[in-house]
Amino acid sequence: MERIPILKMGNFLLVTVQVDMHDRLAMTLQDDLTGRIVKDHAHGVLIDISSLEIVDSFIGRMIGNIASMARVLDAETVVVGMRPAVAITLVELGLSLPGVRTALNVDKGVELLKGCIEQRATANGHVAG
Amino acid sequence: MATLRDEIFPIRSSDDIVKVRQVTREWALMQTFSLVDQTKIVTAASELARNTLEYGRGGEVRIQAVQEGPRRGVRLTFTDQGPGIPDLAKALQDGFTTGSGMGLGLSGSKRLVNDFDIQSEVGKGTTVMIARWK
Repeated sequence: MERIPILKMGNFLLVTVQVDMHDRLAMTLQDDLTGRIVKDHAHGVLIDISSLEIVDSFIGRMIGNIASMARVLDAETVVVGMRPAVAITLVELGLSLPGVRTALNVDKGVELLKGCIEQRATANGHVAG
Repeated sequence: MATLRDEIFPIRSSDDIVKVRQVTREWALMQTFSLVDQTKIVTAASELARNTLEYGRGGEVRIQAVQEGPRRGVRLTFTDQGPGIPDLAKALQDGFTTGSGMGLGLSGSKRLVNDFDIQSEVGKGTTVMIARWK
């Protein structure tokens, strides 16, 4: 079965969506990612959607679900690389991706994730590592 | 109004939704739509194709490249023989859904296009027509 690869980068998982996602593939990604967060003890998930030509309500919902599930599993999610035309369309469609953090590219996404995780560690009284 | 191209595609599986997106993109490009206009009509097509599959239990879409005077457009007509929609006004509200989605399919697609028309009869099926003009 076709799958979207999930790469481990230190504490983070990186997902680069490079195909025109059909619905089943999106559902598989959701399952695979939650499994990997637990297995790899990941603290953050980066989803690179720079190749996606559209985000409709189904894909939007999947992204929102991944962020919620990750949060419950103690990981932060950042979506990076959304194309401007996709952003314009998404808002007009009525989807604002509540609870999903975004960054312009992978580098900025990594910075944002590191910041989030450090902040959380400080709030919990731990030393960030 | 002149029809430059006219084809019908089945909507029976989630792969067909992807196909509808690809064809809509191709035809919008052919009609020299801007990137934002392409993205809007493709996104609306994706929403409505999924509705046809999920709520209409499958059906088909007729895609037309049209021209009216200097205006060029893409028109899509989705047809299913599903259960139909009992309350159209309600179905067109943001956030209303009888399924597992977010209820943005109809209301959201309407905002993404220039022309929108829906006909539905309980027990007979639903037809949704959208068009976006350059």
